[in-house]
Amino acid sequence: MKKSTTTDAQLVSAYINGNESALCELINRHKQRIYSFIYSKVYDRDVTEDIFQDTFIKVIKTLRKGGYNEEGKFLPWVMRISHNLVIDYFRKNNRMPKFENNTDFNIFSVLSDNSLNAEKKIIKGQVENDVKRLIEELPDDQKEVLVMRIYKEMSFKDISEQTGVSINTALGRMRYALINLRKVIDKHNIVLTN
Amino acid sequence: MQKLYSETSRSERVNKNMVPKEETIKFLLDYSKALSVINYNKLKFEALLN
Repeated sequence: MKKSTTTDAQLVSAYINGNESALCELINRHKQRIYSFIYSKVYDRDVTEDIFQDTFIKVIKTLRKGGYNEEGKFLPWVMRISHNLVIDYFRKNNRMPKFENNTDFNIFSVLSDNSLNAEKKIIKGQVENDVKRLIEELPDDQKEVLVMRIYKEMSFKDISEQTGVSINTALGRMRYALINLRKVIDKHNIVLTN
Repeated sequence: MQKLYSETSRSERVNKNMVPKEETIKFLLDYSKALSVINYNKLKFEALLN
């Protein structure tokens, strides 16, 4: 490849004077060094792309606004900008630490979300509705005991007091309620699992 | 343990020929074309004419 003889300073002034291709030349000339420099600090391709982009956005803005003076050299100036952006990136990440998975260890193997996903929530809702409809079909005395025991979480002692029957009767009604529910479920092949 | 030792060291992993994606460079060039700096008295305003 033919080495361009134009200096950075000439390209910068050409760009400031409106020559867009000068910027292209500047980026292509230094992209590899700047990119490798950023990558050597952050070790992440995507973050490197972001910081590289932000670096040149700053460069473009500063040049366009006339804030750049050719005191030193162009490349060290750009490197300094990228260096500062790398520091900003680490500062931001320290405030909000991020854990990344790698092939050796996956954080989700020790952390899990026990809540149901959307599909399972819907299924759970449907199953609960089906069970409620089945309970509605039970004889009133059995239904009353079952609702008190399962939904109101009352003890059989409380149930017997409230319904005015003995504990044994309440237990018997509960037993028949469950037997009847199972019978209906078996008869109609109703699937009540999530 | 075997995995740990067989991994290349960090410094070796930085390939010297790493370059940004074409899209990134294209974005920057397009951004440069779209950016317009408006001077008003002593103030400078940026405008993206896209």
